[in-house]
Amino acid sequence: MQIHMQEAASLAQASGVSSLAWLVIALPLAGAAILLLGGRRTNAWGHYLAVLMAVGSFVVGVLLLTDMLGKPVADRGVIIPLWDWIAVAGFHVPVALQLDQLSISFVLLITGVGSLIHIYSLGYMEHDPDRRRFFAYLNFFFAAMLTLVLADNYLLLYVGWEGVGLASYLLIGFWQYKPSAATAAKKAFIANRVGDVGLSLAVMLMFAVIGSVTFEGVAKAAPAVSEHWLTLIGLALLLAACGKSAQFPLQSWLLDAMEGPTPVSALIHAATMVTAGVYLIARSHAIFDLAPNARLAVVIIGGITLMMGAVIGTAKDDIKKALAGSTMSQIGYMVLGAGLGPVGYVFALFHLITHGFFKAGMFLGAGSVMHGMHDNVNMRRYGALRTSMVVTYATFGLGYLAILGIPPFAGFWSKDEIIKAAFGQNTFVGLVTLIGAAVTAFYMTRLMAMTFFGTARWEDGVHPHESPATMTVPMVILAFGSVFGGMALVFVGNIQSWLEPVVGFQETTTAPSSAVLMPTTILLVLVGAWIGFRKYAMQAVPVEAPANVSWATVAARKDLYGDAFNETVLMRPGQWLTRTLVYLDRRVVDGAVNGTAGLVGVLASALRRIQNGFARSYALTMLIGAAILVAVAMLVRMS
Amino acid sequence: MMLAALSSFATPNFDYVKLAPVLIVFAGAIVSVLVEAFVARTQRRSVQIVVTFLTIAIAFGAVLNNYTAKREGIEAMGAFALDGTATMLQGIILVVGVLGALLFAERRVDPAGDAFAPRASALPGSSDEQQFTEAGWLQTEVWPLFLFALGGMLLFPAATDLLTMFVALEVLSLPLYLMAGMARRRRLLSQEAALKYFILGAFSSAFFLYGAALVYGYAGSTNFGGIATALSKMTNNEGMFLLGALFVAIGLLFKVGVAPFHQWSPDVYQGAPTPLTGFMAAATKIAAFGALMRVMYVAFGGARWDWQPIVWVLAIVSMAVGTIVGVAQSDIKRMLAFSSVAHAGFLLLAVAAASKDGLSGSLFYLATYGVTTVGAFAVVSLVRDATGEASHLGAWAGLGRKSPFMAGVFALFLLAFAGIPLTSGFIGKFAVFSAAAASGATPLVIIAVIASAVAGFFYVRVIVLMFFTEATEATASVVVPSGYTRVVVGVTAALTLVLGILPQPLLDLAANASTFLR
Repeated sequence: MQIHMQEAASLAQASGVSSLAWLVIALPLAGAAILLLGGRRTNAWGHYLAVLMAVGSFVVGVLLLTDMLGKPVADRGVIIPLWDWIAVAGFHVPVALQLDQLSISFVLLITGVGSLIHIYSLGYMEHDPDRRRFFAYLNFFFAAMLTLVLADNYLLLYVGWEGVGLASYLLIGFWQYKPSAATAAKKAFIANRVGDVGLSLAVMLMFAVIGSVTFEGVAKAAPAVSEHWLTLIGLALLLAACGKSAQFPLQSWLLDAMEGPTPVSALIHAATMVTAGVYLIARSHAIFDLAPNARLAVVIIGGITLMMGAVIGTAKDDIKKALAGSTMSQIGYMVLGAGLGPVGYVFALFHLITHGFFKAGMFLGAGSVMHGMHDNVNMRRYGALRTSMVVTYATFGLGYLAILGIPPFAGFWSKDEIIKAAFGQNTFVGLVTLIGAAVTAFYMTRLMAMTFFGTARWEDGVHPHESPATMTVPMVILAFGSVFGGMALVFVGNIQSWLEPVVGFQETTTAPSSAVLMPTTILLVLVGAWIGFRKYAMQAVPVEAPANVSWATVAARKDLYGDAFNETVLMRPGQWLTRTLVYLDRRVVDGAVNGTAGLVGVLASALRRIQNGFARSYALTMLIGAAILVAVAMLVRMS
Repeated sequence: MMLAALSSFATPNFDYVKLAPVLIVFAGAIVSVLVEAFVARTQRRSVQIVVTFLTIAIAFGAVLNNYTAKREGIEAMGAFALDGTATMLQGIILVVGVLGALLFAERRVDPAGDAFAPRASALPGSSDEQQFTEAGWLQTEVWPLFLFALGGMLLFPAATDLLTMFVALEVLSLPLYLMAGMARRRRLLSQEAALKYFILGAFSSAFFLYGAALVYGYAGSTNFGGIATALSKMTNNEGMFLLGALFVAIGLLFKVGVAPFHQWSPDVYQGAPTPLTGFMAAATKIAAFGALMRVMYVAFGGARWDWQPIVWVLAIVSMAVGTIVGVAQSDIKRMLAFSSVAHAGFLLLAVAAASKDGLSGSLFYLATYGVTTVGAFAVVSLVRDATGEASHLGAWAGLGRKSPFMAGVFALFLLAFAGIPLTSGFIGKFAVFSAAAASGATPLVIIAVIASAVAGFFYVRVIVLMFFTEATEATASVVVPSGYTRVVVGVTAALTLVLGILPQPLLDLAANASTFLR
């Protein structure tokens, strides 16, 4: 297979507007610092400052984009050196930002969707006593995520990677007085740690084998490195991506992460942070291009997660968990697309962006529904909300059409291309994506129908009402993205030629023609949607979840035994291992350490006696010391 | 006859611009003496403070001027060398000097006045002393003494002749001996420390002078260039040279505080007034280490294979003694004294490396260590109970609960001493260790790393004591100081942190400065 790679020309240093890129990170970081250090003094205005910083960051992002659009394609990627971080012999890590078509796309997605979610949170968190802390964390997340996507090397990316992990942990556990939230935060943190080990392994391998950790340096040196090492690095990167992007087998934390406030679920656990794994793979395309086995592993993981997420989504009654299953599944699509190599990178990223819009919009919609339903998340107690929450219904509905892939909504353009590229790779992989699309249609219709259609199954005393404008306006704007995002990125700004200089692109040649594939896909999607609609909108939905269901439903309700898997495969052996290690540590390591400490203590009290306070003894010590030195000098001379 | 002899006497050539930093400080010291004689007592203190800071500022300007003009050269008939290393060390010493002077000027910490005895001549505990204290007298003679010591320190690392070096050594030492005995509180302890310091200092000076005589006997010159030339040509009498070189080094090692010539330091650190301890611990070490490196590299460089093993032994002994005995200390100032012994050992690694990297690494190390040390003693001077400074570790238990900010700053300094990443101490240690490893001293580096780990124990112990112990009635409190000490604490803490995160500018400066003229 011939690989279409971009010229390995060196990136120029930034000048003019692009050298301001650091502001994108600095603004929200300053916001977080002011809010966290300022304490209660900032309670009154802190949230407005946070919103201002987020929007300011977005404005700088737009300026950077317009500046980039004004340049010829070859000059669009630039490096903005900030300072030297580590410079010791043979190991040089600058703190520098890389601004190119890929990073600017992420910057705009993060700051754009993020700003909307900041504004939405003004309404959503209005009565929360810890509102300031919430906005501080959101701003901190901003800074970390933007560091992640703007870094020009893997080590700085790692800083951002850990930063978003921390922000995610803090925000999932934001309502820490709820034991479930505290546990969920811990679970997310631990699962992410496992992935982080992968990233640190990858960075260390790069340094050892390639000798560079900058994206540019790695891309230049990769062709000279043997494929075994590249495969190993690729698998380590995949492990990292699995942790952050909730891919099999590290997927289970994402469902629990819905314990956090809904804006967090929308921003971090749907639109941005969880897609960092896809970004990592696309950014490392120089390695994956040369390691087909690692790419195959990526495709397999993506395919498994795609199906798992979809199946879990069919059985969840909790609206946020159903959406979380869907997120897993959609990221599975992206990972699978990225694993296809140059035929897929562009479409994986395309889907990432459109998904960012419609999924964030739907999460905000879910938050709006919860807002009107006294924070009840059980869809079995919803129903017939389309009349009482018109804006939410309309915006959610447009997001629904987008995720289904109905033309001309956003998801159609991106998902269709991934399915096509998957068929180009392998018929089996193609079928997985095709069936996934049908299942997606089924569970999304189920969600839609249980919430907005059918009969009202509300609990007593619940009077659904539309949310305030701070919440509905962001939803409306995101809905615009759901409708026009795909078309805009195909017809107005051609995403394919936009991203090609960075990640490379190759037209798939082996796939069946679109004329066959597209109608098939749409037909299957409509079938899935019809089944869902008939079952959940036209028939009555029981208020209690039915108990006697098939084994498949039971499995799906239990997250396909993700937790059981973790317990048997990871937790139990882990506990056994730690117990053994603790035992060994006490007996062997502590023995050595305590022995040394004891020895030091004995020596210390002995030597301390020489320090007796008498000047004559001190002088004698000096004399003896001098005599010994002379003796040593003479010995050296003679030998 | 007389006339003929006189006419053949060559007038020495002085480039006053190159000598300016040293001369300015000495001139300031003389002005300071005159102030002492002619200005009314009520205004003396403020005038002295102005004179001191002005002197340091002008001298620093002169150093900057030498640096920007890249002035280099050997002046005063081969007695004084101005090169990159000398200029950089002079700059560092002046910065530490400003910080020290700020601590000297503090007088809000002790309710009775500043840190110095109102009249050093009054017997401790006598009614005279009480009278002076009640009258609110302040000692202003410390200022000329301070400036003379500072001038000696500026000359010390630039001296390139054994005799000039000896003069500089004495000029910097004598005022320090005096000031060490001037503490306002616990005066007997202070006077005992001063006397010990003086006697042992005289002993080490004798070593230095005897060594200089032996080296002169071998080389026929006290000039470093002359010694180096002689070393490259002569083959006989090497035993005499080696003995002489060793004794000269011992004189300097005493000042640096390398074991086994370190025993004065815990007693003096504990007894001396804390502002002086901070200044002395930092600046003397910087000046003396600069002088030591100049002697070893320039004068005795040709005999490197002879003295390198000795430096190895000294480094190991110093690291071991500093860390091991440091573990058993219960007084914070004594603990910091042993920590300084261990740091002297780490710094000897750079001498053992005998390379340009070693030199630049040690310049960085000295700058950061000096700054952190002044900061640490500044905090120590603020932690007090009814009797004065609460230097016993027991009084520090629970300090983090009572004064989280100051305890946090002190924890930062301790982490820097321990060499934890993101502090300047880590970068300094890393630079010195890597230079030593590159020159093949790997076993020494391994020992140094182990010593760092053990030393980490007693630094972290203090942090644990401060933050993870409940405050009791015995816990000391942190006094709110005036702006002088606040500036010192703020600047040193900021530098410790910034140089740990952004070390490159200073590392570059040190790398460019690391030259010795011969």
